[in-house]
Amino acid sequence: MTSRDAQIVSLRNQIASCEVQLQRLRDQLLEAENDRDISSRDTSGQISLGLGEIAPESLPAEASEGSSHQQNGDKVVKLWPLDKHEYRRYGRQLIMPEIGLTGQLRLKSSSVLVVGAGGLGCPAAAYLAGAGVGMIGLIDGDTVEESNLHRQILHSTERVAMPKVDSAIASLRSLNPTVKYIPYHTRLTAEIALDIFEKYDVILDCTDTPASRYLISDACVLSQKPLVSASALRTDGQLMVLNNPPLPPGHAQGGPCYRCVFPKPPPAASVVSCGDGGILGPVVGTMGVLQALETIKIIAKGIQRYSDFDSTYLQKGLPSGNSVPDPHRLSEPPSLLLFSAFSNPPFRSIRLRTRKAKCSACSAQTTVTREALKSGSLDYVQFCGAVSPVDALAATERVSVEEYSRIRDGSIPAEDTKTMPTEHILVDVREKVQFELCNLDGSMNIPYSIVARSSSSESGKPSSQAPSEDDWVAQLRTLANDKPIYVVCRLGNDSQLAVRKMKEMGLDSGGTRWIGDIRNGLRAWMKRIDPDFPEY
Amino acid sequence: MSAASTEDVVPITVEFSGGLEMLFSNERKHKLSIAAKDESGLNSNVAFLVRYLCDNLMKDPRKDLFVLDGTVCVVPEHVLSPALTIQRRPGILVLINDADWELEGEDKYEIQKGDNILFVSTLHGG
Repeated sequence: MTSRDAQIVSLRNQIASCEVQLQRLRDQLLEAENDRDISSRDTSGQISLGLGEIAPESLPAEASEGSSHQQNGDKVVKLWPLDKHEYRRYGRQLIMPEIGLTGQLRLKSSSVLVVGAGGLGCPAAAYLAGAGVGMIGLIDGDTVEESNLHRQILHSTERVAMPKVDSAIASLRSLNPTVKYIPYHTRLTAEIALDIFEKYDVILDCTDTPASRYLISDACVLSQKPLVSASALRTDGQLMVLNNPPLPPGHAQGGPCYRCVFPKPPPAASVVSCGDGGILGPVVGTMGVLQALETIKIIAKGIQRYSDFDSTYLQKGLPSGNSVPDPHRLSEPPSLLLFSAFSNPPFRSIRLRTRKAKCSACSAQTTVTREALKSGSLDYVQFCGAVSPVDALAATERVSVEEYSRIRDGSIPAEDTKTMPTEHILVDVREKVQFELCNLDGSMNIPYSIVARSSSSESGKPSSQAPSEDDWVAQLRTLANDKPIYVVCRLGNDSQLAVRKMKEMGLDSGGTRWIGDIRNGLRAWMKRIDPDFPEY
Repeated sequence: MSAASTEDVVPITVEFSGGLEMLFSNERKHKLSIAAKDESGLNSNVAFLVRYLCDNLMKDPRKDLFVLDGTVCVVPEHVLSPALTIQRRPGILVLINDADWELEGEDKYEIQKGDNILFVSTLHGG
């Protein structure tokens, strides 16, 4: 590391620690101001309507002006349910019938938990804070990385390396200091989920793995909280409101949970992360904003509780007498919203099933219990299947970046080659768009998606079936077939699978031609051989 | 074309989303005509459609990314019992005219003219 690099790291750390300190001071200030306001209110005999906190910026000068306060000697008596500044701050949504005073008071007295402070959690939390939700909890164990910034709008360049939760709360606080923010610097685990969820009214799933999605859904069912779940990848997004109304397991009128819709997790190998598949900022941003919208709708309408349902209504599924839930408060039928940025129309709403009679979480036959969850006996990671690191090749089929570098510059001969040491074929199996970003001189691009698509039994079949897909095989076959083939990718996983496939296709000429991969791929090349090679 | 032959086929739209389109030549929307009756002369249902897609539309050999039991697709048609259920792979939703197939009878749903069948893979990124 150069001294300049060290200086940069040190400055970043100093800035991050100052930010944390600054935030602590702001917290203390807010608390002190609240205490002062409350004690002055107590001594002045002011009528407390018990409708929430006092805004730190409501100044005494402001409090005595206008018709909203009645003079009572020198003391002011508050007559309005919201603070004066709140009418101004939330005025544009207050005048809408969908919110109104009742909706705003519900927002103010509500608490929302945002699990994940990333591409979904940032925009979701921003709009919830802006709308005046009383308390927002944020859970995330990660720190801010530069590659997050194109979509995770609460973080900033100077806060790279800071815990995401702290960075997000710093932004949220400057957006709306009157909201109470609760940080949780951890990954959500089964053991802690229920204790945290019970403190909130609505839960937002803004995470990025199947394991966390099942865990959050189960914890929502057990703690009887509505769940607003979203996900995004590449140009697509999905949104569902689950467990709404949040009735206890076994009540058919409750909303379906994640397990009703997806009883079994997808094969681990089919799950693609944003890091591998890519993500467009506004796509995931759209989904996060929609989560905030659904949450505001749920809260402003009033969350349906178990007590809102008459027992006969629950048993027979029929409204009875006066205890019919207010139709305006009835939850919308379960649906899945699909967003596909490059399709026309881009939005599509799908009708979903209701609660599944045999659901393992929300039916009467539930096997997901509080005790099982808290004790950690439900292993969500195992349930969803961990992706084991690819280990498809023998040691003799792999070279390190150092060895490959020496082969390139001719200081050691390529495998099994007695002729020109640099004579070999370098195949880069990353997708075309990544290959075009950066590649090693002389490499040829055969994307792994094309390699994987080729059927190895093809040799037995007439090749007329898919001639275009065999092009790459023919090309490699005709290229001097004694030259060894080195396969490289971004991290060293696909390259191994591609080598396997090439051998299955008989490209190793019955074992006379060496085919192998470069261990740990171009990431290792950048780290250990050429620091100027772009990292993305 | 005779009137009889147009009655033999059912024109439908099949769509793929959430990454499944990659298994189908990277096309999201396919307009197809499938046989109105399956191998045993019964009205073609979703199970038949899934087999049809595996055998005719899907060029990618990774059938396991689309159906639960890949062997279903390579069984010669005459051996295949129409009663054999095809299971969607976990993590894929089958939507019939914008409704979850569980609301429509799952794989037993009989395909109608002009139906829109959408296969969606769940996303997990965030």
